[in-house]
Parts: sequence; structure tokens; C-alpha cells
Amino acid sequence: MNADAAALRARARRTQWALLAPYSLWSVLFIVVPLVFVAYYAFTDNAFAFTTEHFVRFFTATSSTDSGEVRTYLLIFGRSLKLAVISTVICLLLGYPLAYIMSRAKPRAQKIMMTLIMIPMWMNFLIRTYAWMTILQDTGILNGFLSLLGLGRVHIIGTEGAVVIGMVYDYLPYMVLPIYSILAKLDVRLIEAARDLGCNGVSVLRRVIWPLSLPGVLSGITMVLIPSVSTFYISQKLGSGKFFLIGDAIEGQYVANNLHFAAAMAFILMVVLLVCMALMKYLTNRQVNGGAKA
Amino acid sequence: MKTASRVFTTLIFLFLFAPIVILLIFSFNASKSLSVFSGFSLKWYGELLNDQVTLSSVRNTLLLAVSAMVISTVMGTAASVGIDRLRRRWLRATLNTVTDIPMTNPDIITGISLMLMFVFAGRLMGFSQSLSFWTMLIAHVTFCLPYVILQVLPKLRQMDPALPEAAQDLGCTPLRAFFKVTIPEIMPGILTGAIMAFTMSLDDFVISYFTSGAGFQTLPIRIYNMTKKTVTPKMYALATIIFFVILALLIISSFTDRDDTKKKKLYRRQPD
Amino acid sequence: MKKTLSLLLACALMGALLAGCGAGGDKPAASGGTLTLNVYNWGEYISDGSEGSYDTVTEFEKWYQSAYGQKVKVNYDTYASNEDMYAKLSAGAVSYDVVIPSDYMIARMAEEGMLLELDFDNIPNSANIDDDFKGLFFDPENKYTVPYTYGVTGIIWDANQVDEADARGWELLWNEKYAGMILQYNNPRDAFGTAMYKLGIDVNTTDKSEWDRAYDELIAQRPLRYGLVMDEIYNLMESGEAAIGVYYAGDYFTMLDAQADGVDLQFYYPEPTNYFIDAMCIPKCCQNKELAERFINFMLDRDAAVANAEYTYYASPNRTVYTDADYIEEMGEEAMEILYPGNDDFAANFDRVAYRNLPQETLDYMNTLWENVKIS
Repeated sequence: MNADAAALRARARRTQWALLAPYSLWSVLFIVVPLVFVAYYAFTDNAFAFTTEHFVRFFTATSSTDSGEVRTYLLIFGRSLKLAVISTVICLLLGYPLAYIMSRAKPRAQKIMMTLIMIPMWMNFLIRTYAWMTILQDTGILNGFLSLLGLGRVHIIGTEGAVVIGMVYDYLPYMVLPIYSILAKLDVRLIEAARDLGCNGVSVLRRVIWPLSLPGVLSGITMVLIPSVSTFYISQKLGSGKFFLIGDAIEGQYVANNLHFAAAMAFILMVVLLVCMALMKYLTNRQVNGGAKA
Repeated sequence: MKTASRVFTTLIFLFLFAPIVILLIFSFNASKSLSVFSGFSLKWYGELLNDQVTLSSVRNTLLLAVSAMVISTVMGTAASVGIDRLRRRWLRATLNTVTDIPMTNPDIITGISLMLMFVFAGRLMGFSQSLSFWTMLIAHVTFCLPYVILQVLPKLRQMDPALPEAAQDLGCTPLRAFFKVTIPEIMPGILTGAIMAFTMSLDDFVISYFTSGAGFQTLPIRIYNMTKKTVTPKMYALATIIFFVILALLIISSFTDRDDTKKKKLYRRQPD
Repeated sequence: MKKTLSLLLACALMGALLAGCGAGGDKPAASGGTLTLNVYNWGEYISDGSEGSYDTVTEFEKWYQSAYGQKVKVNYDTYASNEDMYAKLSAGAVSYDVVIPSDYMIARMAEEGMLLELDFDNIPNSANIDDDFKGLFFDPENKYTVPYTYGVTGIIWDANQVDEADARGWELLWNEKYAGMILQYNNPRDAFGTAMYKLGIDVNTTDKSEWDRAYDELIAQRPLRYGLVMDEIYNLMESGEAAIGVYYAGDYFTMLDAQADGVDLQFYYPEPTNYFIDAMCIPKCCQNKELAERFINFMLDRDAAVANAEYTYYASPNRTVYTDADYIEEMGEEAMEILYPGNDDFAANFDRVAYRNLPQETLDYMNTLWENVKIS
């Protein structure tokens, strides 16, 4: 009997390895090692000798603008973060209520809305962004529509607004889907219980639903923030080439054959984002746990 | 409240579908312009069907997306089961962190990092070219894997661990119990993960841009490379066709789905 | 939901299976009797059978089979810029048999030993190329290249928004009357080029102070610009959204074809302006040089050359094209005048104004300045 149990356990361990080994190997080879390469390129020059010049350049390079001397890359980085955060906040403000409405709808309506959100993702994002140019132009559809209503015209294309619209448009589904999948599974009895205990609508939302949906919110934020920080197509097309973001800078250096500096910028971006995400995760965890205690 | 939420939902969907309406309209444009509509014509659809290069890029995109989906779903599901059974805390934490990396890393970094490695490895092995279909497939599988794992793992957690044990007590081999009990139980997660992987791969441009090799360009790359000349309504025609194919599929499936739910209700009622 | 998903998956799988069959032919593994030719060209830069035109790639495959009795599969890939192409090729990331870069990039690749010498016995049609296009700076000994197209940069303006009297020289791109209606290139070399031609600076200078002057000029232009654009210029000019833009001569006709009511696009050449040549060459990584040379030869053949010239709307250095009665009729008088503005002193002009390969230090300086142009 003992021998049997031992054999069983050994077998279980073997199965475990067979299940985990391919993925572990894959992760090491294609996730971890490539990052080591980024770091390696970031800290070497064209002759692969150690250098920190790329980092010095990133933090100290200046250029003169109307508003005086600025740190070139810090400005670019700051601007990218700003636009990405604005887009993420807008996505959350639009996406959370939508996910909530979806989760409370009839099953059939839920399914329809879910597919409606997925459909745009199946159509090429370059093409969709291109179509936005036609909408947002001064002579475009939106302005035609507005002037038809007698509301005058707006100038959007080539502004930060246009870039934000593009980002919100492209990444909104990534916010809605994870939040929805949590809200849809939410135990209705919890809400009823809260109601019975005298909570009104707002405090049910604030004290029950919101804390429970935080993990979904967190992954939604991640899935919107990350691609919007690093995009280079949306800013090129909808920003009329006037908004130079960190993604544009990295791509530009790659095209200009400065792989090492591109890698250094990528490295810095990666570190900053990892720190942000870790911090956010920590804060959410604390709030979730704290909420449970309260 | 009801009206407010209805208005809100409608507005959001208007926003989501506005550009799709635009490309639908301009795919019927008589001239080559994407901003001036000069008359109705079906010619871009004809052009599209004659354009071998674009069609082959569509085939490449599909082939890549499906291969990436299959590989990442199988590997991701296996990994999820493995992670779920892991007892050692630190190992589980490490694996979870590594899984998070492709998701918390901007795709431009994933793309560049993989390219650097492939090029380096290619040089080391003396290949005349280091990028190919295979490198692109590896890249796509890599960024699809986390989506699969993140869908499957929660389903495993929700599953009653007694279920496969019961099956084994009733004489199933562990493997059979796995396929007969565990897999059906976590199937929704697997399917959603697979769909997510397929969608992400289909829509990816940045990572493909850095890792594509000779003779295998996908649709997003082809569109991006039209930047010296213009993007033609042909591409809008393509997008329109894709749109209607998906729509048709969804409508068909919603009909079959309704029967499905009825059957389920019947089945559920029986034990009573 | 489950069923929906499975149905979608099933369809995707079927699509991929079909795709697999379709794509099976071009896998190197299946190349038993089939040769593979990898061609790397600008996007939308070859006659592809659209609008009833000549499908160059398919015709080549057919012709090759009938002439040599062997199947060829052409993998036709595209790139967005010379620099994109160079980045991939120089890293050894990709391998192609035929590439079609521009003059200055050819010079760079030749200098770095990235190109193979052509065997002109396999390219008898190179005799079709006018002598004006031989012996130019990027290939002084005619070893590496056969010209494909050439062109001149010019200014496109909307006569309904711009006074005809203002439409002179590079100054139009800096004319404050048209603030917010001016389009500039969204790539450093061409954008700096416009400023340098305007200032009368040599576009190939390595003198940093000259680059600084051009930079100041681009900064001065900033409040006047609608934006920095590449292919977006088509939509913006066609719809009258912008009034003044700078692009390649042939592309003006594409815009003209699609212009909206109330837009009246015109075109002129400022002086001096950029001349460019895109030429076919064979990179070192080529797997089948003879086949590549035969492809180049095919591209120089009258039918293919005329079709490509008509498709790209760029001027052709090929005598069988610009003397062809059908071609001249198809293009029309105005287009012929603009595309071929007096070929006689082309070589001298080209030598004076074309972009050369810049030393890395100057390129880096240009890129840094460019980033500043973009952020301010």
C-alpha cells in the first residue's frame, strides 16, 4: 500500500512536470531571455562594449522649445504617460458603467453586447484608425454633421484630443471585457444582502460591487494603459505627426538603426511600467483585503 | 435609470461602430480616395479578389492566428493545470509573475526584445536570415499564452477538486478523468482563452512588424507599408467583407444557440 | 455563448486549413521543383493587376515557366521606407533576392558590401535604360543596379485656397498667409531637404551649423503646418483639408483623380528640388542570383515596364516606356510634361540635388534634430 502511494505520488509529480515543463521552458526562452537581450543592448554601444551613455542621453538630452529648454526624452515620456493615463481614465469611466449595464442585462442582450464589443477587434486596427482620420478631419464627417445641426465646427485632428479619441476607441474593449467578466459572475445575493442591511444604491455600488470588481478593473487598466503608452501608429495618423510619443521615439531609433538606444528607451519604459503595475497591484490587494476586513 | 443606461449604451456602440460605418461606405467609393466620396461602385471588391498579394497576406494572417491560437491554448491549458496543482508557493509566484510579463510589457518591447534575440541567435547559427514564419509564430504564441492562462486558471480554481477524484474512485485513470471531467468543466475558460488568443494575434501589428521575415507578411504589415503610396479602398472592402462574415457567423450561431439553451433547461429539469 | 465561440473557432480553423492549402506552395520545404524568389519592394509600387492592369508577379511566374520550364513562386513583400528595409536587411533578419531601394540607400548598401554585382548577360534588357541613368553617384561603374523609376519632388497646391501669385518656389511652404494649411514630410531626410533646398544649402552637407540652420527653418514653419504626413497627404489634399503639400510628382496625379468638388489641385517644381532614382539590386543574402537577374530583366521588358510606370505614376528611365505611343496616350500630355521635365540634363541635375549617403555621425545629428522638431 505504501509503495503504491509512493508510486502514485511519483506519477503525479511526473504529470506535473509534463504539464509545466513546456510552458516553463517557453517562458524562459521567449519571455525572460529576450528581456535580458534588451538589457544587454541597452547597456552596450555599437561595438558591444559596456556603456551607460544611452541612459545619460535619455535623462539629460535637451532641446529648446517655445517654453524654454526641455529634457527631450523626459518630455516625450511624460507626454506619453499623460495621454495614456487620460485615455485609461476615460476608458474606465466609459467602460465600467457599460460593463455594469451589460452584466445586469438579460442573457441574450448580454451576449449580443459582448459580441458587438468584440467585432471591432476582429477588424484591423490600422484600418479603423485610418477611418477615424476621415471622421475627425476639419472637412470630415463629424464636422459635416455638427454644421448640419448648426453647432459650428471643431478642430480635433492633430490635437491631443484626437490621439486620446484614437486610444480610447482602440482600447475600450480591453477595459470592458475583464470588468464585465467579473461583474457577470458576481453573486446577486451579496447585493441583496447589502440592500437588506439598509444600503442604498450608491453605497451598494461603492461598498460591495466596486471592491469586488477591483481585480477586473486592475486588469482592464493594465490592458489599456500599456498599449496606449507605447503606441506609435495612432499618434502618427490622428496626431498629424505632431505628437511624438515614446513609441514613436523607439520606432524612430530602430529605423535609424540605433538599436542600442532604442533598447535603452525600451528598458526604461519597461522598468517604469513594471514598477507602476506592481504598485497598483499592491494597492488593490490592500484595498480588497482591507475592504474584506471592514 | 433604464433610459439613461440605454442611451449611454447606444452612444458607446455608436462610437465603436462609427469608423466601421465609414469604411463600409468608402469601400463602395468610385474613386481611390478615402475621404471624398465620388460615387457608388463595386470595383474595389473586384480589385481585392484579383490582388494576390493582399489575399496571400490575409491567408498568412489567418494561418498565423490559428496556429498561434492552437499552440497557445494547448500549452496554456496544460500550464494552467500544472500551476493549479503546484504546492510550492514560490514556484507558483514565479510562474505567475513570468506569465504577467508579456501583458505588462508594451508590445513594442516584446517585439524588439524577441527580434534582438532572434537576430542574435540567427547570427550565432549562421543562418542567412533569422526571421521567418516560425519566429513570428513564436512571438505570437508568446503574447497569446497569458490570455489563455488567465482565462483557464480561474475556472480550475472554481472547479470542485472532488470531481476528478470521484471519477478516479469510480475507476477512471487520471488521464481519462482529466479528459472526461476536468476538461469539460473548464471548457468555457479554454474557449474564451482561445478566442482571445485568436483575436490578439489577428489584430497584432507591432510585434509582427518587428519579427516578420521574408515571404510571410501579414495584413497589418502590408497595410502599414502602404505609407509611401496611399491606402486604397481595397483595404476597406476587405474590412467590410470580414465584418459581414463575422456578422453572418454570429447570426447563424445565435440561432443554434437558442436550441442549445432549451436543451440545457430540459436536461437540468430531469433530475427533479 | 459556448456554441458561438466553438462555431467561430471552427470557422477560423477551416479558414486556416484553406489558407494552409493555399500557402503550402510557398513553403521552402515544398520547393522540390519550384523555385522561390523573394522580392522586397516599396508598398504599392508594382502593377498588381488592379483595375484591369497587368499583374507583374503572376505574369513573371507564367513567363518563367514557359521560357525555362520551371515553376517559380514569387514572394512579394513590401516595406514602408528605405530605412525600414535597411534595418531588417542589415541585421541579417531577412533575406531577399531582389530589393528596390532609393539612390542614397543603394550607395550605403554598396559601401557596406551588402550588394552583389549583377551579371548583365542575364539582363540584356538593361540596354533599354537610357544612358542618362547610368554611371550615377550611387553606382558609378554600373555594377549593382538597374534603375526602376525616377522622380522629382514638387509642390501640390489647391488653386481654390491659394493665390496663384504665391505659388512659387519653396517659399510657399513657409507662407504665413496659409498658416494651418501646409503639409510637411513626416520623415527627417525629406523634411530637412525642403528646408535646405529653400535656404540653398547642400542637402548632403556634413556641416552641423548648416543642419542647424535648416532646423531653425523647420521650427519657424511649425506654427504654419497642418501636420507632418506621409500617405495621409492623399486624403488631406483630395478633400481640401490642407491646401499646400510637398510630395513626389507622380502622386499628384493620383490625388488629382480623386479630388473633391471645390478642390482644384495644381502642381509645380520649385528650384532646386529633389531628384530620386529607385533602382533594382540584388542583396548579398540572395539565394538564387540568376533567377533574380531574370526577374530584373523581366521588369525591364516593355510590357512590364509600361504597366509599372502607369501603375506607379512615376517616370520611367526605360526607353521602351517613355517613347511608347500607348503609354504617352494613356498618361496624357500634362502628365508627360510634368513627369519628364526635359530629360537632357538629368544626370547633371541629379548629381547636384540628389540625397547622398550621409556619414553615421551626420545621420545621428539629423535624427536628434528631427526629434526636437517633432516635440516642440
